[in-house]
Amino acid sequence: MSTTQEQSEYIIRTSGVRKSFVDGDKVTHVLKGIDLKIKKGEFVAIMGRSGAGKSTLLYQVSLLDHPTEGEIYVDGVRVTDMHEDERVSFRLKELGYVFQDYALLPDLTAKENVAVPLIMQGKQISEAYEIAERVLTRVGLGHRVNNLPSKLSGGEQQRVSIARAIAHEPKILFADEPTANLDSESSALVLKIFQELHALGQTIVMVTHEDEYGKATDRVIRLQDGQIIRE
Amino acid sequence: MHALKRKSNIYRVGFFLAYRQIKRASLWTTMLIIAVMTLTFLNLVVVNGVLVGLIQSSIQAQKERGTGDIIVTKLQQKNQIERSGEILSVLEGLDSVKHISAKYIGSGILNADYRRKLRQDESPNKVGATVVGINPVHEDLITGVSKYVIEGAYLQENDTDGVVIGANLLYKYTPIETAGFQTLKDIKIGQKLKLNIGDNAKEVIVRGVIKSKVDENDFRVFMLDREARKLIGRTDSNVDEISVRLKPGATEADAQYTKQFLLNNGFEEFAKIQTSVEAQPKFLKDIAATFGILGNLIGSIGLAVASITIFIVIFVNALTRRKFIGIMKGIGIHPKSIEFSYILQSIFYAVIGSSIGLAVLYGFLVPFVDAHPINFPFSDGIIYAPLVGTMMRVVLLLITTVIAGYIPARMIVKRNTLDAILGR
Repeated sequence: MSTTQEQSEYIIRTSGVRKSFVDGDKVTHVLKGIDLKIKKGEFVAIMGRSGAGKSTLLYQVSLLDHPTEGEIYVDGVRVTDMHEDERVSFRLKELGYVFQDYALLPDLTAKENVAVPLIMQGKQISEAYEIAERVLTRVGLGHRVNNLPSKLSGGEQQRVSIARAIAHEPKILFADEPTANLDSESSALVLKIFQELHALGQTIVMVTHEDEYGKATDRVIRLQDGQIIRE
Repeated sequence: MHALKRKSNIYRVGFFLAYRQIKRASLWTTMLIIAVMTLTFLNLVVVNGVLVGLIQSSIQAQKERGTGDIIVTKLQQKNQIERSGEILSVLEGLDSVKHISAKYIGSGILNADYRRKLRQDESPNKVGATVVGINPVHEDLITGVSKYVIEGAYLQENDTDGVVIGANLLYKYTPIETAGFQTLKDIKIGQKLKLNIGDNAKEVIVRGVIKSKVDENDFRVFMLDREARKLIGRTDSNVDEISVRLKPGATEADAQYTKQFLLNNGFEEFAKIQTSVEAQPKFLKDIAATFGILGNLIGSIGLAVASITIFIVIFVNALTRRKFIGIMKGIGIHPKSIEFSYILQSIFYAVIGSSIGLAVLYGFLVPFVDAHPINFPFSDGIIYAPLVGTMMRVVLLLITTVIAGYIPARMIVKRNTLDAILGR
């Protein structure tokens, strides 16, 4: 396969990604040379035991962290050496995030939480609100748009978080243990939303430690001790 | 164009975040921060205002109770104001002039022990004083001196024997005894004293005591102009001092204009003509300058306190929201938007605090203290807070606040995004 073909087929490519943490004299190697390829439109689960390096890998490919070594390409763009300003801009336009603890801004209502990245992209507030309401309705929260996060249940907060992550139609949706803090009913709902998004062609990279959710994806990447042991 | 739009987005989001953070912040916390800012602003303006006002009120009193708007005095080498009559006629003909008081002035000695024989080792109860002959009505119109009679009564137009004594000449009000500073002891209203000016003497009766906190009054003895003229031995119509009050609302520029008119008439050859500002004693000007510096120094400390307060408020606020700042950066909110939101919050606290401070200052404190001056020993203290100076302090407070708000926000925002999100 030629490089050009690879660029168009794989939305994420990494080669030799290593991540080490230094604490005084002690160096901990969390990722030990990760070579990874994820296709456009793929729903991938990164799984492994606690400490295997799954979240660390997600942070590297989602531009939230810098690898110690290695190359990362996202949508054909070499992101490893990007300046922080460029990374912020790239994350805003191309990526969406769903965090384990929802990570909503407590001073903003559900609608405002979803609208902020849209306003940052240059949309008028009224237009951003319109989109936010539409997306919140899509995740089943059309009746809760004006509620502050503190007035929402965990499952509802996670759905707001998903709405915020997808409102600007990102190329990749990253989810770090999105169901870890949810009951089974809410978890199933979140997974259902992910599957619907995937059906529409959304690329999703999800970290999870639950096999059941892994089975719902196209592919499971298993990590152990900082290395991919099975794909 | 793209860069401009990007900048506009940064500020729009900053405003969006700031507005909502302020709107949804705890009411008590917001009120507390605003109260701190209000008090800081008042500390900045009022401390300086009281210090400068202490002297400013003396300067004001000097003009209102002493010199008038213009004071005409004799030249140093002369014994009187020559051509006084001409000067008075010209002044009386000016539209801008409201009242005139012509005075005779002589150095005299007031003696309370003139009726009894003193022992050899006994000092007489007497004091040297400036004796001023006035028309009581004219003088009162210029200086309002009758309001400052603290004992007895003011001079009457036909009271040929009466005198009113300045409080600084009486031990009862100025209990100082040094070799160079004498005062009269145990003087009562109605008591007779002997007044000597040169070789002339007259028995006078104490009618009242004046305490106006202006040396021109409090170190003087007032009597009828015609009686003083006789005692001084003046044979012509010249006087020694003329105080002029211009029409209400007259400014220093108006006083300068009137002065210039007198100078243009050639009167500077016969008299020293000064506006009240020019006639201010040098020590008052020096103290005013010194207190100004002191006020600015204390104001600077107030400003430092204000900036530290805002710094702490914003730092604690940003620190407790560190995780959310990380999340915002994570989802692509530009760091400058976040910093701008904190700057806007600082400005909000400073503007509201200053506005309340301004309302308290000009709506209550200044008028209240004007109506009820602080009773300092040598002046009636007011709060001197001219609007221009106060607004400059508001701007200074705003600039300091913006810097004090930006620095902690920057410190937190520039931290590693992932560390902030994960609370590391």
